[in-house]
Formats: sequence, C-alpha cells, structure tokens
Amino acid sequence: MSVDTATVRRVARLARIKVSDEEAERMTGELNSILGFVEQLDEVDVSGVEPMTSVVAIKMRLREDVVTDGNVPEKVVGNAPVCDDDFFMVPKVVE
Amino acid sequence: MTANLWADGAVMLGKLNMDEFAMGSSNETSYYGPVKSPWRKAGSNMALVPGGSSGGSASAVAARICAGATATDTGGSIRQPAAFTGTVGIKPTYGRCSRWGIVAFASSLDQAGPIARDVRDAAILLKSMASVDVKDSTSVDVPVPDYEAAVGRSVKGLRIGIPKEYRLEGLNAEIDGLWQQGIDWLKDAGAEIVEISLPHTKYALPAYYIVAPAEASSNLARYDGVRYGLRVPGSDIVDMYENSRAAGFGAEVKRRILIGTYVLSAGYYDAYYLRAQKVRTLIKRDFETCFEAGVDAILTPATPSAAFGIGEKAGADPVEMYLNDVFTVTVNMAGLPGIAVPAGLSGEGLPLGLQLIGRPFDEATLFALGGAIEKAAGRFAAEKWW
Repeated sequence: MSVDTATVRRVARLARIKVSDEEAERMTGELNSILGFVEQLDEVDVSGVEPMTSVVAIKMRLREDVVTDGNVPEKVVGNAPVCDDDFFMVPKVVE
Repeated sequence: MTANLWADGAVMLGKLNMDEFAMGSSNETSYYGPVKSPWRKAGSNMALVPGGSSGGSASAVAARICAGATATDTGGSIRQPAAFTGTVGIKPTYGRCSRWGIVAFASSLDQAGPIARDVRDAAILLKSMASVDVKDSTSVDVPVPDYEAAVGRSVKGLRIGIPKEYRLEGLNAEIDGLWQQGIDWLKDAGAEIVEISLPHTKYALPAYYIVAPAEASSNLARYDGVRYGLRVPGSDIVDMYENSRAAGFGAEVKRRILIGTYVLSAGYYDAYYLRAQKVRTLIKRDFETCFEAGVDAILTPATPSAAFGIGEKAGADPVEMYLNDVFTVTVNMAGLPGIAVPAGLSGEGLPLGLQLIGRPFDEATLFALGGAIEKAAGRFAAEKWW
C-alpha cells in the first residue's frame, strides 16, 4: 500500500500537526519508503497467532484506590505555557 | 531509578544530549545539535556520530567525562551507541528497571539501563538501578541478583546460540570476523557453541517500525501546547494544537507520528498494527524455542558497521538509518535482556561491539559472558584530542 499527498494531509490533520505543501510532498515520499519496507510482513503466515499484548508474562498489579497526593495545583500548572488562577488557559472553544 | 542511584551514593554531574524523543540512531535528530563521538578514524579529523539515541551518555562515558551514565533503549538506543563508542551498555529485561520519570516513546518496548566503561561498572550500576516501583506498573517484583558477583564467573558449560539468520547477506567482513572471534573466545572459555535458528528475525525491524511509531503517536499526543512545552498561538484551539506540534516536533519525530497515526487509523489497523503484533508473538516464540532447547544466551554482532560521519547519511532514505538497529531491535520486540560489549577495533581504528542476548531476567549470565569477552578482547579507549 502507498499513500498520496492527500492522505498524508489527512493523517497530519488526525495527528494535529500542520504541514506545508512542500512538507506534505516530502513526507509522502518518506512515508512510502517506510511503508514499502514494512510491506514484507505480508509474507508472514499469522493465521491462528495471537497478537502480543504483553512482552513479559506478568499480572498487572493493582494498587489500592486511595488518594496518595494532591493539593498541589500550582505544581500541576507549573509547566503550562499559559495558566491563570491554577487553570490551564486555552483559546475559546465554546461560543 | 535515579532515586535508587542517589540512595546508593551516586552523584549527578549533569544531563546528557540525545536524539529528540529518543528517535534516532546517530544523535543527528537532537534538538540541541548532534553529539560528536570522542572516537576518530585513524589519521582523520572527521567528526563521527556516537550512535543513538543515548549518544550523549555513550560519548561522555567513552570520553571519561563521567564514570557511568543512564540511558534508555527502545530499539537499540543503549547498545548501538555503546558499540559505536567502545563502552558497555545493557538493556535489561522489560520490567527490570522502573521507567517513572522517563518520557514515554513506545511503552511496550522502552527500558532503562546503564552505559559504563567496563562490564563490572555496568553490573554495579544495574544492580543499583533495577527495582520494582509502585509508580511504574510494568516494573517487575523479582529479586535483583548481585550482578557484580557474576562478572568473572566461569562460563564453562554454558550453551551459546549462534543464530544463522543474523549472518546477513552482504554483512561487513570485519563484523563477520569479529563475530567469529567472539565465538572462538567463548569456546576457549569453555562455553559450548550451538547453531540456532530464529526464523522471524528479518521481520523484527519492519514490525518495529509499525509498533514503535504507533505507540509513539499515542504517547506524544500529550504534547498539545496546553499542559507543558511549547505553545504557538492559532486562530482556534485546533489551529493552536497544529501550530504548536508543527513547530515543536523535529522532522524525524513528525515522520514517526504520521506513520503511527496512519497504521492505527480506521481501515489500516488490522493490516498493519494487528499484523505486526502477531509477528511480534512469532519473534518472541523463536527465542523461547531456543531457550527451551537449553540455550543459555545468544551471541550476535551489536551493529552492522562501525560509527559513520556526522552528516554522512543525511541524504539517505530514513530506512537506511533504521537498519542500524537490525541486530538489536529483536531483543526489544521479545522483551529480553541484551548487552553490548566492545570486542575489537575496525581497520580504521573504530570500536566494534558484540551483543549477548539472555533469558528473561537472566542479566547475570550476560555479565558473566560479557566479562569473558572483555577479558579476551581487552579495553578500548579513544585517544584524547579535545
């Protein structure tokens, strides 16, 4: 399978990355090179094979459902590019 | 993991450079610019790459700027730079070290480990770094053995598998010679050499370039310009996301996010992602079959070549750069431990490494075997020019 520039634009939109016309053009070639490389997986007979979900056979540990931290709003927003009153600030989303 | 190091008295000297989001095999994708290796070809001033993504760690250790360094490995990012710089690097079993605090790249593959000057130092570092951690639910609660005690332990009677599929067509003659030398060294040390088959080896790299970007595209969704990192304003919130991510991510990271988004998108998930995860099951099964047949560890080359020049592969196809990880990526796909140990110099005077792959949580055997190779091969240090 190969992609065209329109598909690259659509995927970039899904990934929320703005691409210029020139970038979309270049990425189409690069993506097709990678997709061409992974195409060899089609040779493998995977019928009846379970997809891997965990590489190590362990049971996921569950911790007790209790509050272990909190009351640190200033730390939570401490790295935000824009914040106000311990809230993350974003462009208006509701009219 | 760093808390474990501090508790054992380690001192932090500083942070080291790496490829952006750990995506790269040469350090040339670093936001801060490429790391130069302390190694140079004999009679040449050309700047060489230290490998990647943990190239800063490998370079600093090779240049004797620090005693050891932490690193992470998703497809070879500890072992390939270790091999390029004449240092020892171990990627432990998936779950051996906590990943708390590490920016997630591909969560089913990422593992942390040390890069050190020699096998004993690597053993001491890993003993300190490894532990279960309530803050990383993938960290495993199994005792951490005394790895240092394994260094120098006899390797007599150990069965070492030599996978025939790693004898790639057109493999560099120096690498092939080094591999044979390693086989001879382990044989001389009393190990038993057996040829093994890992039939799905050639599919590991293509499967990796589906699984890793898919997981990365999901993990890196958190870089949205809202909670941390760069924000570039836009006309509305989606425009702000798109501008921030376009400006904040480098070309290689964008490439992988796009591949990952594509293989997970409606209509392609089964053909790409699900198939790759099935192939991964087969890759792991190949290893399990060998271990069940009594193989204690597997010896392979660490990289298909010695270090190359900065910019030398700049115009190349992305896939050509990815091929650097052809010997290391299988280990991540199967969650196994792998160590890269310096084993010799190329004709041009650059370090070359061998890789040993072990059973899950049997890092101790890798330290014993790594120690045997180190004893036979000697140590390699870059000539100081800086």
